[in-house]
Amino acid sequence: MKNITIGQYYPADSILHKLDPRVKFLGTLVFIVSLFLIKGLAGYVFITVVLATLVRLSKVPFGMMLKGMKAIIFILIITVFFNMLFTPGEAIFTFWRLTITKEGVVQALRMAVRLSYLIIGSSIMTLTTTPNQLTDAMENLFNPLKVIKVPVHEISMMMSIALRFIPILMEETDKIMKAQIARGADFESGNLIKRVTNMIPLLVPLFVSAFQRANDLAMAMEARCYHGGEGRTQMKPLRYEKRDYIANILMAAFAVAAVCFCVFGGGWI
Amino acid sequence: MQLELKNVSYTYGKGTVFEVNALSNIDLMIEEGQFIGIIGHTGSGKSTLIQHFNALMQPTEGKVLFEGEDIWGDKYDRRALRSKVGLVFQYPEHQLFETDVLTDVAFGPKNQGLSKEEAEARAREALKQVGFPEKFYGHSPFELSGGQKRRVAIAGVLAMNPSVLILDEPTAGLDPKGRDEILDQISYLHEKRGITIILVSHSMEDVARYAGRLIVVNDGKIPYDGTPREVFAHYEELEKIGLAAPQITYIMHDLAANGFSVDVQATTVEEAKKSILEALAGKGGRR
Repeated sequence: MKNITIGQYYPADSILHKLDPRVKFLGTLVFIVSLFLIKGLAGYVFITVVLATLVRLSKVPFGMMLKGMKAIIFILIITVFFNMLFTPGEAIFTFWRLTITKEGVVQALRMAVRLSYLIIGSSIMTLTTTPNQLTDAMENLFNPLKVIKVPVHEISMMMSIALRFIPILMEETDKIMKAQIARGADFESGNLIKRVTNMIPLLVPLFVSAFQRANDLAMAMEARCYHGGEGRTQMKPLRYEKRDYIANILMAAFAVAAVCFCVFGGGWI
Repeated sequence: MQLELKNVSYTYGKGTVFEVNALSNIDLMIEEGQFIGIIGHTGSGKSTLIQHFNALMQPTEGKVLFEGEDIWGDKYDRRALRSKVGLVFQYPEHQLFETDVLTDVAFGPKNQGLSKEEAEARAREALKQVGFPEKFYGHSPFELSGGQKRRVAIAGVLAMNPSVLILDEPTAGLDPKGRDEILDQISYLHEKRGITIILVSHSMEDVARYAGRLIVVNDGKIPYDGTPREVFAHYEELEKIGLAAPQITYIMHDLAANGFSVDVQATTVEEAKKSILEALAGKGGRR
């Protein structure tokens, strides 16, 4: 249970780590959209080169990014399987009532590449950005939504608090679990219903302490005159620097290239 | 030999970059009926150490023996061990969960397989032993005061009839009266029922007053192990590792430095009083 952190920030000293989180957030969106826009072999080569460059720049071990792939491996297999079998076209292999077509293979490959690039691309963002930076960026980017009365600040505050409390609650769970095990509680054996009832000695104290903590936090925030987002300034406001402008320009160029590949690309893929 | 640690080491996050050595090569013997104080500053490894006593943690190296048997042996019943070696964690009131005090305390004995009646009888007995007033037995444990909650939680472990009782800072956050009451109750249990007590504490005064043997934990090792008098004689070395001797010991040293022939190894106020009076009398004093 130790060392569990939400998000998967990997500390390193790279240009991607230093970049403004808003740029990274937007960049990830642009990347994902482009991934589904591009056509043609050239397009895929292009996006592969871009992704490889980003991986190198991030200075995060590639293995960390592949960890994210584990979660989707099942979806990936299903996608590939169905695309391969149910895409109509020129048959290249028939077995019983199953037919694999050339179009099917190409389609399956394309989906597999897209999905895995999607995961790698977004884990570059989560690996180089702390969860707090991310919520800051989101608050900032979604600020215009305040016009239509979306409580942007409140939502992002709730997100930061939730993120902040996950490790604390994990620790608390661990502690209470051990205390109850010391009193002879059994969390491992028994059938489903028995296991659920066995959780009560863990869940009740956990909820009690979570509410207690929420209460204390609210009190502490009030004591520091917290009154919502109105007129609130930040200790470390997000500010665009030279590298962020450069990154934005590169991002725009990338988007343009992706659109070009969409319009002009074709080829056999 | 009731409890024995043989060359025990524990490493957090073994095989990762976050590897931390919490215990290294600990050898320890605990005999039946001892009252042991464990001191050490925050992060010294004392919490890790006590969790090895009842198999909540498995040593990465070495062996833990209870009554001569290896508790990590294949067929060893570790659940049964946990009712023999009771562990009261820090702020134990956080583990209360039942709707009333009596049922909460009976949770442990019930897990031991006792019937409802037997478990409740044990719970009543345990509550009496910690001095919890009977009129609150039916109350919700969440409505009680801090000190009373703590008693209920300690009773929850005591109700399992352990032969070794480990308490991790049982007096943290209590007022002086609550602290003295709980410690007196523990020492009464020790004398009356002959339970082996292992008391983890930050208060040098408390361990000096109650414990017959003192174990100092620092940096995953045990630099000192002996009677409080022996251990506190090293007060200068203790200060270097972030600990200290009881205040009275310092006063005695100051008195000795000023020419009084007092016992500098006195660790409790009673001992000091006796020694000072003797010194005064010896000087042709006023008694």
